[in-house]
Formats: sequence, structure tokens, C-alpha cells
Amino acid sequence: MKIEDILKQRILILDGAMGTMIQRHKLEEKDFRGEILKDHPHPLKGNNDLLSITRPDIIKDIHRQYFEAGADMVETNTFGSTTVAQADYHLEHLVYEINYQAAKIAREVADEVTAKDPARPRFVAGSMGPTTKLSSMSPDVNNPGYRAITFDELVVAFKQQAKGLIDGGVDTLLLETITDTLNVKAALFAIQELFEETGKTLPVMVSGTITDASGRILSGQTAEAFLISVSHVPLLSIGLNCAMGAAALRPYLQVLNERAPFFVSAYPNAGLPNEFGHYDQTPDQMAAEVEEYLKEGLVNIVGGCCGSTPDHIRKIAEVAKKYKPREVVLENV
Amino acid sequence: MSKYLQLSGLEAVTITPNSNFVNVGERTNVTGSAKFLKLIKEDKFEEALEVALDQVRGGAQVIDVNMDEGMLDSKAAMVKFLNLMAAEPEIAIVPVMVDSSKWEVIEAGLKCLQGKGIVNSISLKAGEEEFIRQAKLVKRYGAAVVVMAFDEDGQADTYERRISICKRAYDILVNEVKLPPQDIIFDPNIFPVATGIEEHRNYALDFFRAAKWIRTNLPHAHVSGGVSNVSFSFRGNQKVREAMHAAFLYHAIQNGMDMGIVNPTMLEVYDEIEKELLERVEDVLLNRRDDATERLLEYAETVKGSAKKKEVDDEWRKGPVEERITHALVKGIIDFIDQDTEEARVKYGKPLNVIEGPLMAGMNVVGDLFGAGKMFLPQVVKSARVMKKSVAYLTPFLEEEKRRSGTTSKPAAKILLATVKGDVHDIGKNIVGVVLACNNYDIVDLGVMVPTEKIIEAAKREKVDVIGLSGLITPSLDEMVHVAKEMQREKLSLPLLIGGATTSRIHTAVKIDPVYDGPVVHVLDASRSVPVASELISPETRGAFKAKVKDEYVKMRTEHASRQQAKNYIPLQEARDNKVKIDWNATQHTKPVFIGRREFISYPLDELRKYIDWTPFFQTWMLAGRYPGILKDSVVGAEAKKLFDDANKMLDDIIKDKSLQANGVVAFYAAQSAVDDVKLFKQQGDDQEFATVHFLRQQNKKAQNLPNFCLSDFVSPEKGKDYFGMFAVTAGLGIEKLLAKFKANHDDYSDIMAKALADRLAEAFAEALHEKVRKELWGYAKDEHLTNEELIDEAYKGIRPAPGYPACPDHTEKKLIFELLEAEKVGITLTESYAMWPGAAVSGYYFSHPDSKYFGLGKIDKDQVADYAKRKGMSVEDVERWLAPVLGY
Repeated sequence: MKIEDILKQRILILDGAMGTMIQRHKLEEKDFRGEILKDHPHPLKGNNDLLSITRPDIIKDIHRQYFEAGADMVETNTFGSTTVAQADYHLEHLVYEINYQAAKIAREVADEVTAKDPARPRFVAGSMGPTTKLSSMSPDVNNPGYRAITFDELVVAFKQQAKGLIDGGVDTLLLETITDTLNVKAALFAIQELFEETGKTLPVMVSGTITDASGRILSGQTAEAFLISVSHVPLLSIGLNCAMGAAALRPYLQVLNERAPFFVSAYPNAGLPNEFGHYDQTPDQMAAEVEEYLKEGLVNIVGGCCGSTPDHIRKIAEVAKKYKPREVVLENV
Repeated sequence: MSKYLQLSGLEAVTITPNSNFVNVGERTNVTGSAKFLKLIKEDKFEEALEVALDQVRGGAQVIDVNMDEGMLDSKAAMVKFLNLMAAEPEIAIVPVMVDSSKWEVIEAGLKCLQGKGIVNSISLKAGEEEFIRQAKLVKRYGAAVVVMAFDEDGQADTYERRISICKRAYDILVNEVKLPPQDIIFDPNIFPVATGIEEHRNYALDFFRAAKWIRTNLPHAHVSGGVSNVSFSFRGNQKVREAMHAAFLYHAIQNGMDMGIVNPTMLEVYDEIEKELLERVEDVLLNRRDDATERLLEYAETVKGSAKKKEVDDEWRKGPVEERITHALVKGIIDFIDQDTEEARVKYGKPLNVIEGPLMAGMNVVGDLFGAGKMFLPQVVKSARVMKKSVAYLTPFLEEEKRRSGTTSKPAAKILLATVKGDVHDIGKNIVGVVLACNNYDIVDLGVMVPTEKIIEAAKREKVDVIGLSGLITPSLDEMVHVAKEMQREKLSLPLLIGGATTSRIHTAVKIDPVYDGPVVHVLDASRSVPVASELISPETRGAFKAKVKDEYVKMRTEHASRQQAKNYIPLQEARDNKVKIDWNATQHTKPVFIGRREFISYPLDELRKYIDWTPFFQTWMLAGRYPGILKDSVVGAEAKKLFDDANKMLDDIIKDKSLQANGVVAFYAAQSAVDDVKLFKQQGDDQEFATVHFLRQQNKKAQNLPNFCLSDFVSPEKGKDYFGMFAVTAGLGIEKLLAKFKANHDDYSDIMAKALADRLAEAFAEALHEKVRKELWGYAKDEHLTNEELIDEAYKGIRPAPGYPACPDHTEKKLIFELLEAEKVGITLTESYAMWPGAAVSGYYFSHPDSKYFGLGKIDKDQVADYAKRKGMSVEDVERWLAPVLGY
């Protein structure tokens, strides 16, 4: 069954945080390096994306836990797997490999779980993060016209990432945690080029991040302006993730619900981090907040971002069963 | 998919049949504006941005940017200008039209737009293949597109050519490229008329007909054009040109043109065109007479040079008085408010009707904008100033009327505000007062250091609806509990609002709410005060709101209690055993230049100015962000910049007029630590200490290798070795006189500003003096070279903790500091609650050891409280009262 068909019938469940789960393992520098990078001259601890190659057992186990908790779709461990982000670790040369391997192991777990229950296919979304640089804002207040990265450079980086993910076997591409719409426009440009060159097309999902109460993404756009800016591509879904926790996302999901001609997704953080940087929201609390928008019929896809765990996803999946998905009206204005 | 054209800058623009006509600002075009070209050529991009801003402020809904000029690197200029525009939120709000005849320039421009813009333009000029290639890229970049009526044979200049080319382009775009039809905007060519050339006579008419045909036959597509072309023959005659533009637009819009490139600040209104001129212009446009051109030229001769350039800024003065008042309130313009108020008073008959009518309506707009996050606090304070000025103007009339009729008017809900006894801080309280006043609450402000009896007495006498308490220092928390208890004893049931820097929801829930049966609500900041007050005052919502908050607070109390039980403290002795380990044998002690005290009177303010840490200044105004980044912040940047400029202007005046005086005093003594105390000696070698400073020690269970800090750990336990310093500074001497002036002008903005600046100067003084101490007076860091940023980040050696702050939260220790420093001699005194007066003051200790660092005490247990009480010669109850916020039991 295709994702689009499932989405018409029920609410699709996405997985939760990857980083939070990796933290539980208290990994050391040597875990990140593995055999292949044992002589790499720069520190690698904290480069979670690298674990798909050096500790695939851990990543596969996390995927498996999320599927078992009720996720229909897991995200590959590739949030920072672009040359732009990996430059911090001097690992630009490994980017294709990281994406390819991450997709491959997620695919394996998805297929393994699907085989046990073929009536319920499990999917893999290729995670593409925002990179570490903004293309429409200057990092230097004294030089507002300066850009740390250009559209063209982003197109190259995203295209390479998308290629690795597609070759590794993902079902969809998920452009997430978008802080600058121009970055995601570059990613969409890259993906369209790639689709044209390879003749193979996958569904594309887009998810922005509203960082504060001003209701705007970091680069200053309102939710509606953001939607308009990416609507030139026939997306599978548009939505919001990360940032302020489930309750705070609601007003902006309402905007997307009213205006978007695509499916709508939401995968918030488990509340706000406490003063120690930990997320305290319990699975019940988070599920209760998510339930608010399920009641209103605002979304088609739900899951969790930072701080959420398989227990959170299990609760959310239970709650989501009770509700019908949002209906997509193509003539939305 | 929506069939309406949707565009975006930072905000969305949707063009519906009701949008009427979309103005595309044309002045940022080097081919059409000599001024803009000059600025770009001279690389004055900052000034060129002003041109764009003017267009937006003048009403442009889209900005056209064109850099096509032979002498320019058009591509580089386009990228640079668009990137700069993106950094100006007021401009970036609107979508961009990237305008060039060169595809590579357009493509470079598209790569700079985070929103959905418009390409201007593509055409069939170079054949279908190139047209399709470009159109596909337009789609891939996510833009709408202007298509010129141009093909391989040239530009369409007749009705038939116009429609056939547009039809051909439309079919290709919709069927082959699959561009959404609503993203297509046709430009069927606006050509000059009244040129004297016979073939040009129908140009305008043909355009109108083509526009109508396109809108009828090419579903969802739009029609646009460069309007100023039409009047090209009348260059230099602005009056005729403007009339031609207005009349052309009038007819074009009737025929379906729904977008146009115009100068929005220079548009004449069709109905206001002189009748004779209009008739002659329309004769030309509609080709109604053979001698139409001659007749218009004739007319043009008579009005040559009498162009009217509208002053956009004064345009609002032309509206009705109600709109002018609203505008003045929203924009905070005080210049005309007296004359507008007078006009309204005459019009409305009674002064009260002015207040309840246009003034209220205007303040509601302000309240809505503030609530929606579209206005910022400094702007609201300015609005309030305009409001107050208007009310002040009306007051004599009101009183005269009351005197004559003997009636009283319907009172607005009244809110009493007070900073509690012992506390002198009122900036936050004043901000709350202004914000509430803006929302039509009547404010009874009792000022600072208000004793409980006075609060309760005033509440009864004034029949207030709500009491709001404010406080900044920790003892105020207890004072608030006291006020609540007294309110209960007096059987009041008024809502009680709690606010101020040290207050918190948890303290309100645990300590204040249980002692008072009426509603008690902690209000986090000024912006929340309005919804809370309105919920509490309205009889419909009051009950439910009270129940909800009480419920929440009960829950918080229960959770708090259960958390407390889990808290883990170690015995005081164990904590002392785990003190900071310092190798005193390896420590070099430096002797200060003097022992005893030294005064600093009238410290130069311009010297202090350099040391100001601006970040907390913006926090005072509820603008979040760090200086200097905040000045460029996309949301609050403009407001922050304005605030910053105003602050510096006031600072200039303060320094020039010497209206504030900065005094301070420093003292050093020989010192020796003794467990958690520091003993002070008049000179090194004295046997007997003459004073003892008492500190508290962290008592929570620590992770391995982490000490239980106490400030005394940073002073050597050996006799005759170490030294210790203390200081008190103020920059608030003379502020009353300054404030009185602002009060007289109803100028809350300047009032708050002056206090905030005095606070900043006092902090800057503490910073400056600390540097002087490190480098000269104590001189233990003579080689230090730090920038202001490094100072703010506390990159220096040694610390200057202040009593009442996290490392030493006991305010009562200020008493000793003030006695030793004889601080009253330089004008700084302590209130009974150990708050400093003037409020803009800082006092504290100096520690020189390089290992000394700031820390938070955390909670302490009973055994330490008992020990501390004994050391200080106070009762345990007194100590518990002063240390209430840090008691772990």
C-alpha cells in the first residue's frame, strides 16, 4: 500500500528523537570512530550521524524500538549529513556513504518489521536537516549583505545527500527543522533536479520550525508565507517540528490546516527543556497536548522531536488511533 | 491548489478578485529612477534601501528591483541589493519582483529570495525553446512570472498581436511547463500615447481591450504593466503625467488589469483630477477626438512645472479627526495631539465623549496591536504619553463640566499598584501601570516603599478593583506575604496581583496564595497584566478564572512539597570539610595601595558610559536579545535601535547637564578567613579583628570532586597575609529632579528611560571601579587588558559579589558594609529592608584570589541557619525571615 493511500485512511505515526536515544548509550570517542576512522585527526564524539557506519547496531535498535512502539515511519539518522554540517568534523568525503548506510540500515529494519506484519507496511523517511548555515541572513550584524553560504552551494550539498538517501532505499525525503526558507528552497531545487536526472521521483515532506512566540521561523517568515514559499513543489506533506513543544505549535498548525493543499504533519519536542537541558514532559503529558490537535482534525502525521522516546510515541500512537485524519482540501486558500 | 496568485516576503500576499489592484513599487529601478541609479553607481546601498523603504511605506505591495544599466555589474548589484533588503524587516515583509532583461541576472536574484517572488520578465522573443527553459526554471525556483507580449517578430503593438502572443504563451506555460495559470502575469505592453504619431493613437485603447480579453479568455492569469510609459511624451510635466497615470489605471483596472508597476507615493486620485485636465487626458487615452493630442499639449503648457509632490509623512493629517487621533496614538506622535483633541472636543460636544470615543478607540487599536505582538513596549509607552497629554488637555474642561452639572462620570475599573515596604524599585511597576492605563484602567499608583496599612487603606478609600504588588529584592517576597495576610484579616476579597523580578509562580503558589482566600495571581511580565486584569475584573469570567488559578496553585504546592522531601542536604560540618581547596602556599598576596576607605565624588559620567552593559537595559523594556545583536534583530531590531538612540540622546543630555551624580566609596582591610566568616583587621599584624563578615556555605550533596562553596574559602585562613575589599556606588543622585520634569510632561517613557539609565550607569560604575581596583587601588592585576565585552563576560581575575545575590543572599550583611564604608557620607543609605537608596546603586565585596568565582548558594538546611544565627547574634526566626528564599525546609 502506498503512503498516500494510508494517509487518506488514518493518522500516520512518525518516530521520536534520535539524539535522546543515542545519549542513553553514553558513547565514547572510540564508539564514534569505529575501525574506519580510528586515525582521523579530528575529534568525532557527538557526530551522531556517523554512528550509522560505526555503530549500526545501536541505530538499528533505536529504529526497531520506534517501530515496535507503533511508528509507521522512521527517520534516517542523517539530520546533519551534508557536506556543510560534516565540515565541522572534516568528514565531507564520507557524506554520501553516511547517507547511503543510514538509509540502508533503516530500510533493513523497516523490511524486517513489515515482514512480521505485512498488512502494515513500515516506511523510511530520509531526514535532511537545515545544515548549519543560513542563506538568507547574515551571521555578521555589521555586514547585513553578507551570506555564509549561497543557494548554489546548498543545492550541491543537498543533492548529494538526497542521492545517498535514495540509493540507500528511503521511501520519502523529509526536509526538516527548517530555520531558513531559502535553504529549503535550495533543497527542493536540488531534489527536483535529481528527480529529473534519474527519472525516479519520491514523495517529499517539508517541516519548518517556529522558534519563538512571534510565530515566525528564524528567517522571519510567518507560517503562511512559509507555506506559500514551498508550495511550488507537489509535496506529500507540510508541517512543523521541534521548537516549543506540542501546545505551542497549535496556532500555526491551524494556519497550515486552513491553507495547505498537502497533508499536514507535526512532531514537536517533548515540551521545553528544563534548566539542565533535559526534557521533562512525560509520555502522557505529551500525548494529551498532541490529542488537542487530533481532536480539531489539524494533522495527518504525528510524531516526536527532541526529548521524545519510544514511550512517548507509544502513547501518541494509542491516542491517534481514536481520531480521523485531517481532510485535505485542494481548493484551500 | 488555490487558484489565486499567492506571493510572499516575510508575510503572505494573496491576490483575490477582491484585491482590486496590486501596486508594484517602481522606484528601485535604475532604468526608471535617476536618483536610484546614482545611489547604486556610487555604491550607496544604504541610502538606496531608503528608496525601497519609502515604496513600502507609500503602499507598495511588491517591490520591483531592476539593475539593468550598461555601466553596472547588474548581477552583482542585484544580489547585493536583494541581500541587503532581506536584512530590513520592514522592506522584506513584501514580495520582490526581480526585474531584468538578462536571464542570468534574474536567476541570480531568485537565488536570494526566501519568499515567493515574481520574475519580470520572460517572453517568446528568442523562440519557444528558450522560453520553455526559462519558464521551467521559474517554476523550479518557485516564483510567479511576468510574460511580455513579445515574440520572434518583435513586441506586440496591436490588439490582435497582443492577444495572439499571450494565448500562445499561456498554452505553452499551462500545458507544457505545467506552470499554475494563476502564477502567470501578462504584460501586454503599455506604450506612450500623445506622441503625435498616428499609429500610436490606439495604444492605450488596445491595451485596455487586450487586458479585458486576457482576463476573459485565459483563466486565472493576471495583467500588469509599467504605467509610467504611457505618459512618456510629457516628461518634466509631473501634473499631466500623474493625471495620465491615474486615468490610465482607472480604465485599465476597469478592464481587468490587476497589477501595475507604479510609484505608489506619487499617485493622483482619479476623482481628484481637475475636470478639464481629466477630459483632455481621457480624450487621448480613449482616442475620442482627432485633436486630442494637441488639446492635451495645449493644456500641459499652462501647468508646466507645477508638479505636486506629496509629503507621504503628512498624509495622515488629512484624515478625519478620529483617524488622526488613532494614528497619533499608534505612532506615538505628540506634536498635534492638543489641536486634534480640541477639534474632537468641539465636534463631540463633551470632553468625556472624546475620551470614551476617539481616544478609547485609538487605545483599543494600540492594545490590540500590542496583544498581537505587532507593537513593542517602548511604542506602547509612547502611545500612553500621547493619551495622557490628550487627557491632560481635556481635564480642565472635564472639571468645569463636573462643577456645572454636579454629576460624576462612570468610573473605569481601578487598579492599585505599589512597590512594597522596604523596596525602592519601580521601573517594572511603572511599565505595568502604563500598559494597564493604555487599556483603559484607572491606575492608583502609591509609589515605592508602601507599608501594608497604606495599601489597604488606599484600596478601601479608592474602591479599587484589583491590587498589584511589585518588588525586586528578596525581602519583598515576605512583605508581599504580609500584605496578603493583612488583606485576609481585613476580610478583603479583592484580586491580588504579584509581580517583579524576584517573584515567581512557585513562590506565589507556595507562600502567598495559601494565606489569602481572594484570587492571587503571579503576573510574569507587563504584557500579561492586561488579560489577567480583565479576566479578574469582568464579573462573567472572574469566578472561573479564580477557581482555575487556585487549582493550579494547589497542584504546584503539592508537587513542591513532594519534591522537597526528596531534597538531599549534607550536615554543615560535612559541607565545611568539603570546602574549596586553595593552595595558599602558592598564592601571591598583593597589598592594596591604601587600607581604610576612599571616596569617589562626582565620578565622570562620560567615563562610565563606556562601561555600560546594554543587554539588561533592553530586558528592562521587555525586548529579548543580547546587545549589540538585538539592534539588528528581525523582530525587535527597529524598536531596539530607536530605544538605543533615545537612550543615548538622554545620556548626552544627562552628561551635559550633569543632572545625575555618580558617587562611590571603596575600602580595603587586612583579612583572615575563619571557617565561614572573614575577620577584618585595621592593619596587618593586629591581634584582634574589628569586624566580621558572615557568609553561607552550599549544603546540597555534591557530585564527586565538586566542593561546597562559601565565599570565605577565597580568603586565606592564615593570619597576616590576605586582604579584603568592599564598595558601594550610586549613579542616581539627582534623579528626583530629573523625574519631576518628566512627570510634569506626563512623559512616562522618559521617566522609565531615566531610571533605566541610572541603573545602567550604577552597574557601569561598579564595573569601572572594579577595574580600577584590580589595576590600581588593590593592584593585583596591573597588566590586565580587557574589552568591554570581556568585562561583561567577567573574564577578569577576582570577583565582586553583592549581598542579596546568589552567592551571598543575606541582605542584612549590607549593614556592615555600609557602616564600614560610611556610605551615607557619599549619599547612599539603606532602608529598613536593606534596600539601597537611591535605587540606582550597587554594593558588594572584593575578592582577589584567581580561583574565586561566582556561584549560587542553593538551599541550606536547619543546622546552618541555627549556626548562622548564632554567629550573627540574631534570632533563628529573624534569620529564617531574611533567608526565606533559600531555606531548604
